[in-house]
Amino acid sequence: MTLPFLILALLTLAGGIASMTLRRLVHCALALTVAFAGLAALYLNLGAEFAGLAQLLVYVGAIAILIVFAILLTRGGDTEGEPAFSPASLGGAIIALAVFAVLAWAVETSSIAHPISIPSAPPNTMQQIGLTLMQRYVLPLEVIALMLTAAMIGAAIIAVRERRNEAAAAVDAPGTEMRVG
Amino acid sequence: MNPLAGCLIVSALLFAIGLAGALTRRSAILVVAGIELMLNAANLNFIAFWRFGPNPEALTGFMFVIFAIAVAAAEAAVGLALIVAIYRHAHTSDVSEITEMKG
Repeated sequence: MTLPFLILALLTLAGGIASMTLRRLVHCALALTVAFAGLAALYLNLGAEFAGLAQLLVYVGAIAILIVFAILLTRGGDTEGEPAFSPASLGGAIIALAVFAVLAWAVETSSIAHPISIPSAPPNTMQQIGLTLMQRYVLPLEVIALMLTAAMIGAAIIAVRERRNEAAAAVDAPGTEMRVG
Repeated sequence: MNPLAGCLIVSALLFAIGLAGALTRRSAILVVAGIELMLNAANLNFIAFWRFGPNPEALTGFMFVIFAIAVAAAEAAVGLALIVAIYRHAHTSDVSEITEMKG
């Protein structure tokens, strides 16, 4: 393990821990962004440039903004007051620790922990990635495109449905809503 | 510790952090964030096995990560839209207060 890898791993893990333990939701979202950016840097460090930049675009660029918007729309910033330490959170932490212990035990006892040689960085030029996407993985690519379209339409429909119901309720009971409008 | 085992340990730690957050936090948005962290931990595993495993020129793990990022983006969009819809319906995003379907 090299020093850059250690630094990036520590940054990612610190961001992850902060995002799951901080009290205010906006701080959690910022820490989550740090964790995503650290992961993107880890991908770059491992030689997967395209995946790292895609991670940066999708997670730091889109999902972090989406989470901030969800916090704003649900007024998560001013509904605080969950206790820092409760029996339920203790149970969850114990389960997570047990999962980590099993995973670490599996990694340490497997043969991959003692390899014969470390291969050099594999070639992954954009041309190769594009050719692979267009030849071998062209059907999954089209399916992903369709799924993203469906998810976009579905998310929009789910998020605006309640407003249409409110309009219908206003039509049903005009006396109560007229005072507001 | 060799690089592959280091990557796998980091990934396992990230997965455990995400799992602990998804299990313990009461804000629905943070539950989604924990699930995203777990997905990212799996992606780190794929990249590590692609980089240090045999036959990397086939780009298998790499392509899996690209597709997993796309699926995770769709999942986050739909999940957060659901949270917004639930908030408009129940006026809370606290998962321990949404008990309408409790048996």
